[in-house]
Amino acid sequence: MTRGRGARAADGAVGDRPPWGVVPLAALTLAFLIVPFAALLIRAPWSSLGGLLGRPIVTDALRLSLVSALAATALSLIGGVPLAWTLARTDFPGRSLVRGLVLLPMVLPPVVGGAALLFAFGRRGLVGGPVYDGTGFLLPFSLWGVIAANTFVALPFLVVTVEAGLRSADRRYEDAAATLGAGRWMILRRVTLPMVLPSIVAGAVLCWARALGEFGATVTFAGNLQGRTQTMPLAVFLALESDRDAAIALSLVLVAVSLAVLVPLRDRWLAA
Amino acid sequence: MTTHPGRIGALGVCLALALGAACGDDGADDASSGDAAAGAGPAGTLDGTVTVFAAASLTDAFTEAGERFSEQHPDVTVEFNFAGSSALREQILAGAPADVFASASSSNMDEVVEAGEVEGEPTVVVHNSLEIAVPPGNPGDVEGLDAFGDESLLIGLCAEDVPCGQFGREALAVAGVTPVHDTDEPDVRSLLTKIEAGELDAGIVYHTDVLSTDGGVEGIEIPDEHNVVADYPLAALARAGEPEVAGAFVDFLLSSEGREILESYGFAPA
Repeated sequence: MTRGRGARAADGAVGDRPPWGVVPLAALTLAFLIVPFAALLIRAPWSSLGGLLGRPIVTDALRLSLVSALAATALSLIGGVPLAWTLARTDFPGRSLVRGLVLLPMVLPPVVGGAALLFAFGRRGLVGGPVYDGTGFLLPFSLWGVIAANTFVALPFLVVTVEAGLRSADRRYEDAAATLGAGRWMILRRVTLPMVLPSIVAGAVLCWARALGEFGATVTFAGNLQGRTQTMPLAVFLALESDRDAAIALSLVLVAVSLAVLVPLRDRWLAA
Repeated sequence: MTTHPGRIGALGVCLALALGAACGDDGADDASSGDAAAGAGPAGTLDGTVTVFAAASLTDAFTEAGERFSEQHPDVTVEFNFAGSSALREQILAGAPADVFASASSSNMDEVVEAGEVEGEPTVVVHNSLEIAVPPGNPGDVEGLDAFGDESLLIGLCAEDVPCGQFGREALAVAGVTPVHDTDEPDVRSLLTKIEAGELDAGIVYHTDVLSTDGGVEGIEIPDEHNVVADYPLAALARAGEPEVAGAFVDFLLSSEGREILESYGFAPA
């Protein structure tokens, strides 16, 4: 890590002059990303915004979105970090296949992911069926269903980021700790995890952002009911059918919340 | 030192590209209106393309009607954009290149008419009635609309903002049932999917939707005194690229042959 910073400082003079064409392309790309947001801001019903945002449909959806995205991120951390570690640090037959399977939810259309969740964990599902018959517990049409859908779709972002961090981390620190007599848990806790903490935070942020915007899997698996399963993206989609101003107002809230979280975090963890 | 002029140059390039793109769009518009003039073939036979924006529930019926129309007019290509009526309305009002619009509710068509986008007057081409859909075997023992007030069942409706949700609530109100439902589905397709999968015990959909699943769901009739009939208005649009082709397709759908095709998919005659 310190080696990396030293090298960058030495290259400073060269780094100020970008190669030909890079900056115009970067500016075009930025414009492509920013112009739709600018258009959204221009179309926003600023005068009636206050009234729109106070509606229960907005406050309910915002609360559910924040709770479910946060819970999905927590679950992804608990389950995703061990999975990333296993993929990065152990060797077993079929590992590349497993790595591909982990990416599946990223490429699967979310609606298909939601249908697959239904077939697995629904009332008549592979796992959900016996569970429902035995205990009466049902994931779909509940907040737990929203969290499950969010986790399914967002988890790969955390696993991929943390695995990359683990692979690029310098293993000699772990070896040194081992020669000094540290046990495996001690090494994981005191050396490995602190070393890849930026990757874990970056992965968690990506995961949270993906969960916050989740629509397809959520609506397919968990349904849509205000106050129970209707998150912001669902509320926006339905508002678009009837009341465009409300839809834009809702989108602005989603954008504002994301920026409020992503900008400081990126500054602190990714830009360093 | 040299970086500053470089950056200004970069901005200049972007501006030029942005302007160029805008000019390009205008050119494309001109080209399509040029096509419009060539809509009718030299020998009086129809040729060209008609782009039809139609409600999702018309998918199967309109696809067959389009094939039949193309058989009669080999030089005509019929293109479809099937989606929720309100989404289509938004697209048309935003200037999407549509020649014909078929809506699953009068309110969406009315908005398009008010915006001056319709050529002439819309005509109601078919009706659709509501029906209760249950999973095969009817595990919730649903017998009628009363079941929608039963808290122990898993009940789905279309969201209030889409036509099937609006009509479904009207039917429940007429029957005096306050629904205790578990989900407001964004469209009738996703409601059907959950009923087919057995995740919901019942939902209110269109009669044609029940037929379209081919036994995937069972239909339970809603008595006439509670049922709500949905109108499907159809119109050629004012900005149609090839008005003759658009008009001919509308005439075909309204002809006895066209209506026969639509009725074979469960739609009721208008």
